[in-house]
Amino acid sequence: MIPLLSRDLKLTFRAGGGFGLGLAFFLIFATLVPFGIGPESGLLSRVAPGVLWLGALLACLLSLDRIFQLDFEDGSLDLLATAPIPMEAVVSVKALAHWLTTGLPLVLAAPVFGVMLNLPGPGYVWLVLSLMIGTPALSMIGAFGAALTVGLKRGGLLLSLLVLPLYVPTLIFGTEAARRGAEGMAVETPLLMLAGISLGSLALLPFAAAAAIRVNLR
Amino acid sequence: MSIWEYANPTKFMGWSGKALPWVAGLAAICTVVGLFWGFFLTPDDYRMGSTVKIIYIHVPSAMMAINIWGMMLLTSLIWLIRRHHVSALAARAAAPVGVVMTVIALVTGAIWGQPMWGTWWAWDPRLTSFLILFLFYLGYVALWAAIDNPDTAADLTSVLCLVGSVFALLSRYAVNFWNQGLHQGASLSLDKEENVSDVFWQPLVLSIAGFILLFIALVLLRTRTEIRARRLHALETRERMG
Repeated sequence: MIPLLSRDLKLTFRAGGGFGLGLAFFLIFATLVPFGIGPESGLLSRVAPGVLWLGALLACLLSLDRIFQLDFEDGSLDLLATAPIPMEAVVSVKALAHWLTTGLPLVLAAPVFGVMLNLPGPGYVWLVLSLMIGTPALSMIGAFGAALTVGLKRGGLLLSLLVLPLYVPTLIFGTEAARRGAEGMAVETPLLMLAGISLGSLALLPFAAAAAIRVNLR
Repeated sequence: MSIWEYANPTKFMGWSGKALPWVAGLAAICTVVGLFWGFFLTPDDYRMGSTVKIIYIHVPSAMMAINIWGMMLLTSLIWLIRRHHVSALAARAAAPVGVVMTVIALVTGAIWGQPMWGTWWAWDPRLTSFLILFLFYLGYVALWAAIDNPDTAADLTSVLCLVGSVFALLSRYAVNFWNQGLHQGASLSLDKEENVSDVFWQPLVLSIAGFILLFIALVLLRTRTEIRARRLHALETRERMG
């Protein structure tokens, strides 16, 4: 499993792997928001937690089809399926690799974009914390969506149609935690719910995703 | 003889062919009588005026929208566990009906909401979760349409239906947490003292029965069409081989 993880990380970091594209998308998104809704700082600081969460979610979505598609096309997914580790583990490792290369950089960069959008002072800790807890769920749910559409020629748009409704609960609790944190209210409940969704996804979705991969490799 | 024998495609074609006209006829009678009774023979509500009559379409379609997803979940499970082809085809046949029911519920809700709440749309928990349910239906139908191999499509959509059900339920409660609503509570519970008064309740139950029968008739019809299409496909394939 560790060789698989390091292989996936190397493939993403080296030339043509697309590392950093998600971050660049996040940057452009955060730049475009003030053009869309106006530069007024009061308005920006009110929408900042939600906008930053949305940006992270969309940046995550963009890189989802890379999780399995290339491996499916060059046949390495078939090799992984016959390897002596269960498909569930392959899926989990690939989701972890996706999170390390997309989710984690977004979490670390979020405070910078928070400054651009005039996020209120107490919000930074909670924004980072809620993203840290929530983005693993985004990666895992996304891996499930990618597993469903891996056999399709042009699955990209379908992938977003399938995955975005599944992102709703994560988004609701994530933005709620970040917003309450920014307004100085108690954040415990949404954070715990968010953690529940993340842990539940990590525990159960590998099975669903592995089942989908097996069907697609038949 | 077990109940599963009825799921054999040939047997299914036999009994569903006989049942279909009866179900369809009953559906027509219940819907027409229920709606006519509701629209013309009941008094106006003292607060809502004549807009209350939307209830005879709004409530049945909303109920069906949710229950059709439940039926799809059940048939998906049967397909995954017992691999009855008719079960997968029934799930496929039900999904577009569910889409239409969700749209009807949303549109009649908007038409009802305009005079009552003064707005076509509000981000109320019930409205929002219905919109999310609609998105789930769209994803499900799109996935069916995108995959060529029928067995692969049935497997993948079943998995999506299982996972989607969990997330749809989660969204329902997450949305409650997110915003408080305008929509009134349930007015048809079996265990509550205070329900809609009998004048409205009787035609409503009749039109709900009509919608349920209509759904069964449509699913039978669409499943039969799908089975015939598959047989045709098999025949054509054999022709080309031979």
